[in-house]
Amino acid sequence: MSSPERWTQPQPSGAPAATAARPTAEQVIAGLRATSEGGPELVQLLTPEGERVDHPDFHIDITPEELRGLYRDMVLVRRADREANALQRQGQLGLWVPLLGQEAAQIGAGRALRPTDMAFPSYREHGVAWCRGIHPKDIVGMFRGVDHGAWDPVETRFHPYTIVIGNQCLNAAGYAMGQRFDGKVGDDNGEATMVFFGDGATSQGDVHEAFVWASVYDAPLVFFCQNNQWAISEPTERQSRLPLYQRARGYGFPGIRVDGNDVLATLAVARWAMDECRHGNGPVLIEAFTYRMDSHTTSDDASRYRLSTELEEWKLKDPIERVKVHLSRNGFADHDFFDAVQAEADELAAVLREHCVNLPEPPPGRMFDNVYAESSATLEAQRDEYENYLAGFAGGEH
Amino acid sequence: MAAPTMDRSTDKQSAAPQTITMIKGLNQALRTEMERDPKVIVMGEDVGKLGGVFRVTDGLQKDFGEQRVLDTPLSESGIIGTAIGLAIRGYRPICEIQFDGFIFPGFDQIVSQLAKLHYRTQGRIKLPIVVRVPFGGGIGAVEHHSESPESYFAHTAGLKVVACSNPVDAYWMLRQAIECDDPVLFFEPKRRYHEKAELDLSVAPQPLFTSRVLRKGSTATIATYGPMVRTSMDAATAGTEDGLDLEVIDLRSLSPLDLGPVYESVRRTGRLIVVSEAPSEASITGEIAAKVQQECFYSLEAPVLRVTGFDTPYPPAKLEENFLPDLDRVLAAVDRSLAW
Repeated sequence: MSSPERWTQPQPSGAPAATAARPTAEQVIAGLRATSEGGPELVQLLTPEGERVDHPDFHIDITPEELRGLYRDMVLVRRADREANALQRQGQLGLWVPLLGQEAAQIGAGRALRPTDMAFPSYREHGVAWCRGIHPKDIVGMFRGVDHGAWDPVETRFHPYTIVIGNQCLNAAGYAMGQRFDGKVGDDNGEATMVFFGDGATSQGDVHEAFVWASVYDAPLVFFCQNNQWAISEPTERQSRLPLYQRARGYGFPGIRVDGNDVLATLAVARWAMDECRHGNGPVLIEAFTYRMDSHTTSDDASRYRLSTELEEWKLKDPIERVKVHLSRNGFADHDFFDAVQAEADELAAVLREHCVNLPEPPPGRMFDNVYAESSATLEAQRDEYENYLAGFAGGEH
Repeated sequence: MAAPTMDRSTDKQSAAPQTITMIKGLNQALRTEMERDPKVIVMGEDVGKLGGVFRVTDGLQKDFGEQRVLDTPLSESGIIGTAIGLAIRGYRPICEIQFDGFIFPGFDQIVSQLAKLHYRTQGRIKLPIVVRVPFGGGIGAVEHHSESPESYFAHTAGLKVVACSNPVDAYWMLRQAIECDDPVLFFEPKRRYHEKAELDLSVAPQPLFTSRVLRKGSTATIATYGPMVRTSMDAATAGTEDGLDLEVIDLRSLSPLDLGPVYESVRRTGRLIVVSEAPSEASITGEIAAKVQQECFYSLEAPVLRVTGFDTPYPPAKLEENFLPDLDRVLAAVDRSLAW
């Protein structure tokens, strides 16, 4: 049986497998105190100025090479995001949902996942998708209107984007219950699931129900809430009277608020939370405190409801800049490295653009595909009738 | 149907006819009703400071305050559920569901409580709630932003369901819905939001739960509603080149259905095409076909035909022009009916 300290402390990497047992009520309370009442509210390991700082509960040992990798991840996903945003402005996409400002939250969380883990995104998780090996070109199709998502969710263990707010949390709870029922939870090799949602989603019944289900079934599920401060035009105060991470207490599991613009802290907390789940101590709620630096989508205009001074303040906490400063100041990277990453990012953007503008139009008959595992005679008759109708237009004038 | 005459004495707009968009018509209806009755409130996601993602509620929070225009938490079940409580307390809430596909988290409250409380309490509780739903496709949107869920609600006893098709109806029908003591699901064809028409407040509106013959004709009858009214009218216009003289009826009310004008029309033309964006199976269009064959059996020269969205989930945007009925598909159905 683990001690309260064990339960609140991050597991040192490579340590032997800990207990698979569910924590006691005292341990649960201890876990909460570690982050809410007992310690600094916001877990941070790298300040906006690029200084490494210690946290009593969360540590990370990271090599310069790994740091450079995280930097590269963030630069690349930001570049792809900006390219997609530009593609929308140029009429090549119907819509884009920018991740700008949330790179650290998403890369920190995404790099805490193992290939055997599962992730359920909302619709802004292009950075997590990147970590699951999904190229941005497989994301833009749904925003160009040629498909509903091109990646294989089984192979990548990255569920399709979910647009109806909060729905995916219950789906993730069920998946995580299955991981436990299958005996995949209990040691360092265990599986776990991470579900992504936003501050606005925390008001949805599905999210609260997922908190209940995940907790009473001890599901290995990390609830990863990116609190980007805005649900379209509504500030977080419209969703909650108390910090979102404190919601977890009422459901009986720990909640931690991490600096979501700090990729190191996010990675450390996410790894700890996933390890807790692997060992059977889930679920865990992580509130990644971050900022939506762009509008909700390209259809939105944030200047209608928020002050530009707020954005200026958050720019000082940019998730990428602090890593760059840290790498430079400590001699972990030189100009050649930064130039190479930028060149790679531009190449990625070019590939994305080339792919996007050349995406083939889907054939009309495709809309009848995959409605059912076994299609019905009535649906197939409808398909035949429509294809015959189209064939009646000589020369494809229709 | 004995509908109360709309009180137009409170209209502050000038008597001169004005050109409005559908969005403007809806906005003006909300404003007029809020001025008329302090118990009328608006609630929904982003309806306050932003004025709604389509700007239908633009300026209302600024003028009526945060207690009458509520930027709610993101919870459709919460929006409908608390609106019910507010209505019991004497308010007349107008709920905005941001997009058609987001209504389903509120489905339980709509079907289990909103539709049934009047019945369960022998009429002691009235729920004068309007649920506004921008619906239908044609705007190139991602999933869940282009659906036509009206049949679910028409299938539920206790709810009234209407769909406007033009800016003038949008104005009057929304006002009438707000003044109605029954819960009304109010469907707004979002692809028609920016179309314009002249609103003349001196012309009295027809009762809310009635259909309207928009175009008289003799060849065949088209019954439709919402976004497909424009499509059907365009088809009728195009059909004149082929010698077709099509009658077009805007159903306006989907529950209750006002099919009297449809029966009268079909008895003259002998042919009916029902047009809707929604998939056809177990839908309002099927209900209309069943009722018309029952009432007009000996007048029909051909079976009632339907032109609808297909029985698939709404496809990716690049395929929506295939999914949605268009002028050609409507005229092809007319041809089939005539060739029967």
